[in-house]
Amino acid sequence: MSLGYILLALLVLSVIGYVLGRSKAVSSAGGDGRRLHSLPGYYGWNVVLATLAPSLLVLVVWLFVQPAYINTQVASLISQETVAKSSLDLVLSDVLRVADGLDVAVESGALSQEKAQALSAGSVDVRALLGDLGVALASEVTDEILHAAQAYRDINASGEFYRAILVLAVAIAGFALAIARTHKDFRARNVVEQAIKWILIAAASIAILTTLGIILSLIFNTVEFFKIYPASEFFFGTVWSPSFGGGSELGILPLIWATLYISFIALAVAVPIGLFAAIYLSEYATPAVRAIAKPLLEVLAGIPTIVYGLFALLTVGPLLVDVLGNDGLLGVGWMQGASSVFTAGFVMGIMLIPFVSSLSDDIINAVPQAMRDGSLGLGATHSETVKQVILPAALPGIVGAILLAASRAIGETMIVVLGAGAAARLSVNPFEAMTTVTAKIVSQLTGDADFASPEALVAFALGMTLFVITLGLNIIALYIVRKYREQYD
Amino acid sequence: MNKISSFDETNDMTDSKITARNVQVYYGDTHAIKDVSINIKPQAVTAFIGPSGCGKSTFLRTINRMNDTIDICRVEGKILIDDEDIYDPKVDPVQLRAKVGMVFQKPNPFPKSIYDNVAYGPRIHGLARNKSELDEIIESSLQKAGLWAEVKDRLHAPGTGLSGGQQQRLCIARAIAVSPEVILMDEPCSALDPIATAKVEELIDELRENYTIVIVTHSMQQAARVSQRTAFFHLGVLVEEGLTQDIFTSPRDKRTEDYITGRFG
Ligand SMILES: Nc1ncnc2c1ncn2[C@@H]1O[C@H](COP(=O)(O)OP(=O)(O)OP(=O)(O)O)[C@@H](O)[C@H]1O
Ligand SMILES: [Mg+2]
Repeated sequence: MSLGYILLALLVLSVIGYVLGRSKAVSSAGGDGRRLHSLPGYYGWNVVLATLAPSLLVLVVWLFVQPAYINTQVASLISQETVAKSSLDLVLSDVLRVADGLDVAVESGALSQEKAQALSAGSVDVRALLGDLGVALASEVTDEILHAAQAYRDINASGEFYRAILVLAVAIAGFALAIARTHKDFRARNVVEQAIKWILIAAASIAILTTLGIILSLIFNTVEFFKIYPASEFFFGTVWSPSFGGGSELGILPLIWATLYISFIALAVAVPIGLFAAIYLSEYATPAVRAIAKPLLEVLAGIPTIVYGLFALLTVGPLLVDVLGNDGLLGVGWMQGASSVFTAGFVMGIMLIPFVSSLSDDIINAVPQAMRDGSLGLGATHSETVKQVILPAALPGIVGAILLAASRAIGETMIVVLGAGAAARLSVNPFEAMTTVTAKIVSQLTGDADFASPEALVAFALGMTLFVITLGLNIIALYIVRKYREQYD
Repeated sequence: MNKISSFDETNDMTDSKITARNVQVYYGDTHAIKDVSINIKPQAVTAFIGPSGCGKSTFLRTINRMNDTIDICRVEGKILIDDEDIYDPKVDPVQLRAKVGMVFQKPNPFPKSIYDNVAYGPRIHGLARNKSELDEIIESSLQKAGLWAEVKDRLHAPGTGLSGGQQQRLCIARAIAVSPEVILMDEPCSALDPIATAKVEELIDELRENYTIVIVTHSMQQAARVSQRTAFFHLGVLVEEGLTQDIFTSPRDKRTEDYITGRFG
């Protein structure tokens, strides 16, 4: 029984359970809903939960355990010599492909189920047979692999069979138990409440565990990298020149430098403009203007960063060259190509404007009206009030917003890939092309490098460094923002 | 306390700091103040009383044009302070508010030091030529507000760290520091405990000699204790105005009587 049918069966069972549980509860109260401990629906939900929760849990566990079990079983069928010739992983993946091929053959009717399982490599050219059906195999299929594949299909089929039986048995048991317990005095509402709590806890733990998993994999791979490349050269090296033939120099400094440089330019653009926009929107704009301008600004935040990247590459970069390039309007010849730190930083700044402005806007709005009244009541003008009372009161929150913007700038990728160039360089000229940590992570992993080489593993070390920096910024920012929130409570 | 003896002879226009004539206030389509005319005496405390929502705060805020900061608010009629129409286009509301100070219902010190709170107004209006003059203004304002003894050793501690009653007196000091002629107080004691309230009331009584004070209050006892004149508002209308003792002992209007005897409101 396939997964889809099992799920369908569970669904049908729970619908029946809901109706049955509900009606049994109502009839146990003599048809008078007021004599029930809980609302009738809770009795239905109680049955649904008892049916679904344990059976789905069994199903999930089974889905994880079965492949691992089959692998060990099939692996034991393969002789040492075959393994010695390549590797167990490769042989197993061959077996899987053949098994899949046989599935396709059976489904399309080219082979009957019995024939497929009785096939032997001596009598038929399996590779050609499967090739005709669109399943391409890299090498000739030996008898050993074919048999392993057949064994795989056998175990898989019986596994699915037992899976269906077990899951349905658990579901029916839960169903029966819950129905048996349904009675007008049964505290169905409390049981459902508990179950809901556990479902929510499960969802929260999945989110947290995934984060933990990501961090752990980052850490393991980073440690792996530092085993084959000295940490001191990574952190203090001033040259970044990976060569996939080996002997690369992987110093992070030029990348960190460009990352910070671009982020700095981005903030220099975004902070004043975003802040002034926020002050205008929250303090000066009439409700009508605000109702239009605020959503418009937020549209800017919804533009995918790749579009900003294109804008940097095709519009801002060439425009800057026209002004600052060799034959440019100013004739200063500062810029050689369209890609530069300034191009990327400027466009990233535009991207961050709505981010800064909407956060600051919220923070400025959180300053109590009483502060404004107090200041205006003393004869201060509007801008004096903003400058002397509102901004100082909102300052910690605004600093938090700026730090959050900074951590976004540091982690931004697409704009730098397209706007900043690809050369790692330590230079102070903002009109030169440089490249950042994020852009290099992309280029290190999109190549053909072996995943165990330092050139590929360095991506994890870069990612880890970036993660630590942005995490630190976020923690400081959240701390400041939270501290500020308490101030008026 | 009340030198003035009879109701009618005191209610003429000659001796009047603030004169309102046929004032209407609208919030959008809501007619919040309906045709109010009143004379407010100098060097006296006038109390505004009335049930919640009757327009006391609204009318108070017309006197220093704080309603200008509310977009949907519209004021018609005339309000004169020292015979000058404060709604004349030539009048700068910012200047006006320096002359007509305001103390709010909830103490609202700025998140700055005690010193900077009081120095805020004088700095904005350039009232002190140098640091020592400013220090003098701060000290005398805090003294007038009866707060000097309590805070003189921690002038640079944050104003928000004071107790509620101290904060409210700080706000009064802040208002006094710009040397206003009129002080408007909107339920200044409603967030304070009885002891802090007594201190603020005492202070109001002292300030009366130098300022014209208008206070909104929900407490009849407070109105009776601190004010010389009382105005009773009901549903946006000024029902009756006169000497506090007259209003409380022999109200002329049935609504006033019902309100002060606690039958509604
Ligand atoms: N900003 C505003 N926008 C719209 N309507 C308002 C506004 N402020 C006050 N009002 C309305 O004006 C009327 C008078 O309100 P006001 O605040 O002056 O009453 P109040 O007498 O001070 O009441 P309270 O004793 O509760 O403070 C009320 O009906 C109120 O709903
Ligand atoms: Mg009020």
